[in-house]
Amino acid sequence: MKKVLFVMALVVLVAASYAQDIKIGGIGPVTGEAATFGISTKNGMTMAVDEWNAKGGIFGGRKAKLIFEDDKGDPSEGAIVWNKLIQQDNVVAIVGTVMSKVSLVGAPISQAAGIPMISPTSTNEKVTLVGDYIFRACFIDPFQGTVGANFAFNDLKARSAAAIFDLGNDYTKGLAENFKKQFEKLGGKVVAFEGHPTGTTDFKAQLTKILQGKPDVIYIPDYYNDVGLIAKQARELGFKGPLVGGDGWDSPELVKIGGTAVENGFFTNHYSSEDKRAIVQDFVKKYKAKFGAEPDALAALGYDAMYIMLDAIKRAGSTKGAAIRDALKATDINVVSGRIKFDENRNPIKSAVIIEIKNGKQVYRTTVNP
Amino acid sequence: MNVRKLPRFLIAVVLFYIVVEVLYRTEILNGYLLHIINLSLIYVILATSLNLINGITGQFSLGHMGFAGVGAYVSGSLTTLILKLSVTNPASMLPFLLSIIAGGVVAAFVGFLIGFPSLRLKGDYLAIVTLGFGEIIRTIFNNIDAVGGPRGLLGIPKFSNFTVILVAAFLTVVIIRNLIESSHGRAMLSIRENELAAELVGVNTTRYKVMAFTFGAFFAGIAGGLLAHLIQLAHPTQFGFIKSVEVLIMIYAGGVGSLTGSILAAFGLTFLSEGLRLGIRALADATGLPIGGEWRMVVYALLLIFIMLFRNEGLMGMRESRIIKNVEVD
Repeated sequence: MKKVLFVMALVVLVAASYAQDIKIGGIGPVTGEAATFGISTKNGMTMAVDEWNAKGGIFGGRKAKLIFEDDKGDPSEGAIVWNKLIQQDNVVAIVGTVMSKVSLVGAPISQAAGIPMISPTSTNEKVTLVGDYIFRACFIDPFQGTVGANFAFNDLKARSAAAIFDLGNDYTKGLAENFKKQFEKLGGKVVAFEGHPTGTTDFKAQLTKILQGKPDVIYIPDYYNDVGLIAKQARELGFKGPLVGGDGWDSPELVKIGGTAVENGFFTNHYSSEDKRAIVQDFVKKYKAKFGAEPDALAALGYDAMYIMLDAIKRAGSTKGAAIRDALKATDINVVSGRIKFDENRNPIKSAVIIEIKNGKQVYRTTVNP
Repeated sequence: MNVRKLPRFLIAVVLFYIVVEVLYRTEILNGYLLHIINLSLIYVILATSLNLINGITGQFSLGHMGFAGVGAYVSGSLTTLILKLSVTNPASMLPFLLSIIAGGVVAAFVGFLIGFPSLRLKGDYLAIVTLGFGEIIRTIFNNIDAVGGPRGLLGIPKFSNFTVILVAAFLTVVIIRNLIESSHGRAMLSIRENELAAELVGVNTTRYKVMAFTFGAFFAGIAGGLLAHLIQLAHPTQFGFIKSVEVLIMIYAGGVGSLTGSILAAFGLTFLSEGLRLGIRALADATGLPIGGEWRMVVYALLLIFIMLFRNEGLMGMRESRIIKNVEVD
């Protein structure tokens, strides 16, 4: 009997000392309405994991193994994959997901299980408020509005502004409200603040009202398809000044829809592939070589989120949830989207870039620090 | 009625409960599988209640998840915003159950309101009206800021557990079965078989159609409430047209008019979707082929096409398992 026990103990010891892969869960919507977002995010995550493994692993020679699951951009599906990764695959941490509504389902599951999670792009403030195991790699909505206002006031020298936003979408509403707050704080005047119902295609009623106030700039914190239409109609009504917006503008489709109307347009974004920092140029080069496409902001944030998580696991030197969480809190790292530290609500304190639409191309204009 | 036959279904459900509980307690069954079982049971409620409308009464509803949405939002608002219940407090269970029932009652009322004018329509026309209704419900949730608007209702406490969901699914199946086996159910079946003939022999077709809608909506509301308290979120996109179609697929794959079929399909399709996730991963690992999880929906769709091609009456057709049947009728 003793002999058997001894052999068993030996087997356990040998098995334990043998370097095991560290399992990391990745989640994103690679099918469904947000599929392009999900695929970029997945590419970014894969690239970060491959780079760390090529460098010799995370700690103690242990490599990271990415287990990626599709959430279809659907909250119910999110609950399934979160449970699967934590209960079935026993991942030590989760990087995901893109859409806030799905992250909000996953966050309580991660929190209850004590598995740290970092969302690359969920901008809803409530996501990280779920608990101390929940982090994010992107800035939140209020920040973009503030940066947009600073840029309009300081760089564009605008003294009066107007905003148009989607009443049925919290993202655009939140950005518009924060833009207004900051612009007025700086001493500017908001001459019109117009909401429109979701699904509107004719914005002339709102725009006519806006133009009566003769604003220097119009703030349009919407998604690219609406922005294209609004910009066109504003130009048709005779507005010549600059247009400012948020990261919803970031799509090649914007110029296709808006044409020359979106020229003299500026938007806040997480990163620009034209940023001259070595880390950005290195990332862009490798990404292009690997996936044959220009990395968008989602790819950059997917990469960053995974990088931050792996860095935290390395510094923790452990796969215990609490240790990784504490290491995440102490994060201070340079990644593609800027230098990142976390505030008390586990939101990153980081810079934003301003991108200008020039001759139908996205051109890097400047970096704005918080 | 034969006494020996009576509790067959109850015994089956109790056995199922014991097996799952034992496996879960001994950690053979992990939380992931339990979640899938819970989800399947919620789909059992949705599929059997839709079957009452589509399969038994022969109407065509495309807005079933709209009713579930009403239940989810009403019960979610009650537990989260008004009563502010907490899972840690054991006294919260009763108000939670009452909230779920309240969600079902409001959904039933909405079903009644919708059913009254629109059930004078037939076939395709009715399908369009119910489709429109589902979208209206979704849009309303999208625009009420008090329940989160487009962000959804957040922070719903996780009250739904295996026991609650299983009991709800059991009661749903039993009540719908008893309804079908009653004279009301016969009237509903007669509408499906031939509405004109049913009317001629004195069946008040509008009344029975409204009744089917009201009952169906009630149980959909219950399912919606349980779902919201399982995944801790009620979001407008969860109750849209696509989700209604998912339930519709279940009743057609299982067999229109067969409760057994709906139950089997609810479990079968939910597990199939997850099984493919694991299967495709294993295949990709074993062969090194670059096939990702996104392919599972392709395989899933193909399987559905094959079911419809080679067994177009669904798995069970109109037959009912002896376990579920209460009285023998042939």
